[in-house]
Amino acid sequence: MGVEGAYAGGRPVYFVDGSRTPFLKARGTPGPFHAADLAVAAGKALLARSPFEPGALDEVVFGCIIPSADEANIARIIALRLGCGKAVPAWTVQRNCGSGMQAIDCAAQDIAHGRADLVLAGGTEAMSQAPVLLNDAMVKVLADLAKARSAWAKLKVLARLRPGHFVPVISLLRGLTDPISGLNMGQTAEGLASAFGINRERMDAFAVESHRRLARAQDEGRLEELTPLYGGDGTLYDRDEGLRRDASLPALAKLKPAFEPPHGLVTAGNSAQITDGAACLLLASRAAVRKYGLKVLGRLEDCQWAGLEPSQMGLGPVHAMAPIMERQRLATADVDYWEINEAFATQVLACTEAWQSGPYCRKELGLEAPFQAIDPDRLNVDGGAVALGHPVGCSGARIVLHLLHVLGRNRARLGMASLCIGGGQGGAMLIRGAEGIEGLEGEGHG
Amino acid sequence: MVEGVEGYRHWRMEQDPEGILWLTLDRADSGANSLSAEVLLELERILPVVNRLRPMGLVLRSGKASGFIAGADVNEFSGLSSSAEALAHIERSQEIFRQLELLPVPTVAMIHGFCLGGGLELALACRVRVASDGAETRIGLPEVKLGIHPGFGGTVRLIALLGPAPAMDLMLTGRTVSGRGARKLGLVDACVPERHLARAAAAAILRPRPRRARSLGRQLTEVWPVKPVLAWLLRRKVAERARRSHYPAPYALIDLWSRFGGNPEAMYRAEARSVADLVIGSTARNLVRVFHLQEKLKALARTGVPAPRFVHVVGAGAMGGDIAAWCALQGMLVTVQDVDAGRLAKVVQRAGLLFRKKLKEPREAQAAMDRLVPDLTGAGVARADVVIEAIFEDPEAKKALYRSLEPRLKATAILATNTSSIPLEELAVVLERPERFVGLHFFNPVARMLLVEVVTMATTEPAAVDRATAFVGAIRRLPLPVKSSPGFLVNRILMPYLMEALTLVGEGASPAEVDRAALAFGMPMGPVLLADTVGLDICLSVARILSAHFGGVVPHQLEEMVAAGHLGKKTGQGFYRFRGGKPVVAKGPEPQPGGVMEQRLMLRLLNEAVACLREQVTLGEDLLDAGVIFGTGFAPFLGGPLWYNRQEGISLQEQQLKSLESLHGARFAPDSGWTSL
Repeated sequence: MGVEGAYAGGRPVYFVDGSRTPFLKARGTPGPFHAADLAVAAGKALLARSPFEPGALDEVVFGCIIPSADEANIARIIALRLGCGKAVPAWTVQRNCGSGMQAIDCAAQDIAHGRADLVLAGGTEAMSQAPVLLNDAMVKVLADLAKARSAWAKLKVLARLRPGHFVPVISLLRGLTDPISGLNMGQTAEGLASAFGINRERMDAFAVESHRRLARAQDEGRLEELTPLYGGDGTLYDRDEGLRRDASLPALAKLKPAFEPPHGLVTAGNSAQITDGAACLLLASRAAVRKYGLKVLGRLEDCQWAGLEPSQMGLGPVHAMAPIMERQRLATADVDYWEINEAFATQVLACTEAWQSGPYCRKELGLEAPFQAIDPDRLNVDGGAVALGHPVGCSGARIVLHLLHVLGRNRARLGMASLCIGGGQGGAMLIRGAEGIEGLEGEGHG
Repeated sequence: MVEGVEGYRHWRMEQDPEGILWLTLDRADSGANSLSAEVLLELERILPVVNRLRPMGLVLRSGKASGFIAGADVNEFSGLSSSAEALAHIERSQEIFRQLELLPVPTVAMIHGFCLGGGLELALACRVRVASDGAETRIGLPEVKLGIHPGFGGTVRLIALLGPAPAMDLMLTGRTVSGRGARKLGLVDACVPERHLARAAAAAILRPRPRRARSLGRQLTEVWPVKPVLAWLLRRKVAERARRSHYPAPYALIDLWSRFGGNPEAMYRAEARSVADLVIGSTARNLVRVFHLQEKLKALARTGVPAPRFVHVVGAGAMGGDIAAWCALQGMLVTVQDVDAGRLAKVVQRAGLLFRKKLKEPREAQAAMDRLVPDLTGAGVARADVVIEAIFEDPEAKKALYRSLEPRLKATAILATNTSSIPLEELAVVLERPERFVGLHFFNPVARMLLVEVVTMATTEPAAVDRATAFVGAIRRLPLPVKSSPGFLVNRILMPYLMEALTLVGEGASPAEVDRAALAFGMPMGPVLLADTVGLDICLSVARILSAHFGGVVPHQLEEMVAAGHLGKKTGQGFYRFRGGKPVVAKGPEPQPGGVMEQRLMLRLLNEAVACLREQVTLGEDLLDAGVIFGTGFAPFLGGPLWYNRQEGISLQEQQLKSLESLHGARFAPDSGWTSL
């Protein structure tokens, strides 16, 4: 930790640019873009404005949880389609909802350890395109059919078909269900609501506020990281589609429980929306910043991954952020802005409760004292996933990217981005805004 | 080497351990194979040797990486002075092909790259054809594009192989097919990756497969009454695209088949006679001239400077968007800038249609789309090798834009304007470095119009001209160097013709009547419909600029139309009414060729061409003719306006202008350039 701004015990890692697509609401049918299309759209705009050739990248790392059948190692597909050329290696990471943030961590580690100077990292997800699979019984029938030689034998195999064979496996629903605890993500949120005594009105109010903040951010042009998407049919997608400007408490109160009817509290209205989207960031070593005269947006200070009970996965941010606070000797007030991904309104509320809860911090985190409360006006200042959606593999990259812009806009020094991860994990990144970096003079236009 | 086959300039022969003879054509004097007389005469001597050797089989292949055989040697056409001389050459070639066909051993044509015209006819004389599935493989009989039809027995053999309907379609359209397309048609027997090609050729000899039987439907097309019906259908289809008096070859081909189809011996003889007549006719000669003109423009693009890779287009209107899409299609990385994201979305939509149409592989269409980057902020300017401005025709707006662009350009970048009429000098005044400023004038629709005018000022530096010309070549368009003067070449020459057409309408002629006169001459589209299609507002603005410089009156009908908001196709009403994007054209009698309306229209165009030559808007008669043919679609079978003037007789043309001048006024006064022609 000798070097100022060192990351993971190595060289400092800078963020120099980033871009994301609008988040498109999944409408029950496959959306207009595949996961790779989304990442390419975000990436090509970014590379077109960069002063170097795409081939100058040392690697490309992307997070993606449910690529389509022909998107194996989707990062390599993205890199080639972005014109990086055959010589730029690329790899895909998967840590469920943490995948986009994991990609940044991996890229940053390679830069910190001197294996790379310039890396494109991000996350992409086309949840609307999640594959619908054949069930095992149907696969067995098809396999036998392929083996059957005579027409009679084939007929005999086909005669085995029953309606049950045609019941598809919806991979999206499977993916959003924890295979260990057997709970779907909404059910884990219900558990947190109950544990922390969060009522329906509080969650709905949080959701309304998320929409209000996103609407304000759109109106004031604060989403500079957005790159529009252009559909093949001439449709322009230039804003996040999840936003409901008419979101109100009475309207949300009408919604039925989505996961645990009839008594549950978590509804579609106070949960993150199922969406398609991609975000990417350009990470650079100091040498690359100098070489290309890159404008620095911020520096990655620290990162933490944490594990906890799968049924409590929503509290992952608390477990990931706390060690960073300890390690960096920070108090809540030292962090200027917070981004905690809104998988569920109740889940973010539970995190803020746990953060300032003496018993929770002592029992679960082994801390003598809890943290000071996080100021709601500094948390998710431009709204979050409840309003704009949560393309699972992408969100980690989105919150880091947006936090960089929030820090820059407010000339702030420190920000924390964190999210909960299905399966019982949390991830967090501490970011220093360009304002807070010493000795950046002469490093490009920063 | 095999005994007895040394001493040939163009052919090589090796026998492999399995006993297969590999006969390789590798023209000594050229980078690509074509069937010159010398090549054929050598083959004539080789075939008896093969017959004597009795190998297991014979594989005919090319020693050129570029392809199999591109066709007969077009350069030799112009050496033919009479039909009799042509006939002798054709009949001798037919006999050589017949000797190949009659060899008592299996024969295989091994095809990669171009296999066109005479090259395909040679392959058809083999028993088996195997082709590479590579993207560069193109197989076809494009003779009709040069005003002839296959003459080395190809009409007989192709019809026998495929049946009349698909065979006639291939020959009448002159279209080429890929290896896979050829396999589907039955034109080749196997289509394999190039790495397996030699093995596939050998396998065809060592393990021959039975031929497919001819289907009943196919046999039916040969008999009465199906045959005359099919012939009638074919004639009607051809007539939609070309008339017999202008393009006799497709009609001759249909006649040939309908009279002699099913009687090979008679059809071979008739084929030879038909081509011998066509090849010395004026249409074929002029089309060969057009082919050479095209090669000449292509050669201009080979300037030796590296082609640019990154193109930035400012302005996502119809023109800017289509230029951007075309550049991306041709492999460039393209940023297209507009402040209106909705317009960029339309660009992406149109580009997608273009890519899917031109690129059959979905993956390639996707790659082209990945290269096209909508750019709301002008981010691409700083990285582009070529920046093309394609905003609306307003000098002040263009100048303001250049002021903001120029400081961000790369040192080696060129700045180009797509203006159709504003002289470059007027725009260049705001530039720090005007020497790298050029005009790149594309025509609409970009994907179909081959020509791009490369406009330069006296002060443009040669390096910038070279880069611009190389760029045009790299996107597979034809560069025409022109001087910066109002209307450049193409619009300047078109405008008097368009204005005369509107004057005729003003005198009471119907638009359809005027257009029919131009079509009778051989123009691809009538002038009134052309004006409606381009947009009457655009016509008016160009007409005003040109008349300001060169005099002349803009017909008041045009001003009235524009004032009334009738802008042509885009508003659904111009001189024509448009329904579903198509003009409503009243039927009428065919005009007599050379009628007074045709004369008035065409002589104004022909006169302006002479003026442009005199003013050296472009250099030389060939380039001027090439520009007018590829820029306006001027009747290719006439060889270009100046060429046509010479064919008709300079003094006669001048005379006709003078008589029109006495009737209709000074706009018909012969240009002073006529006297020095």
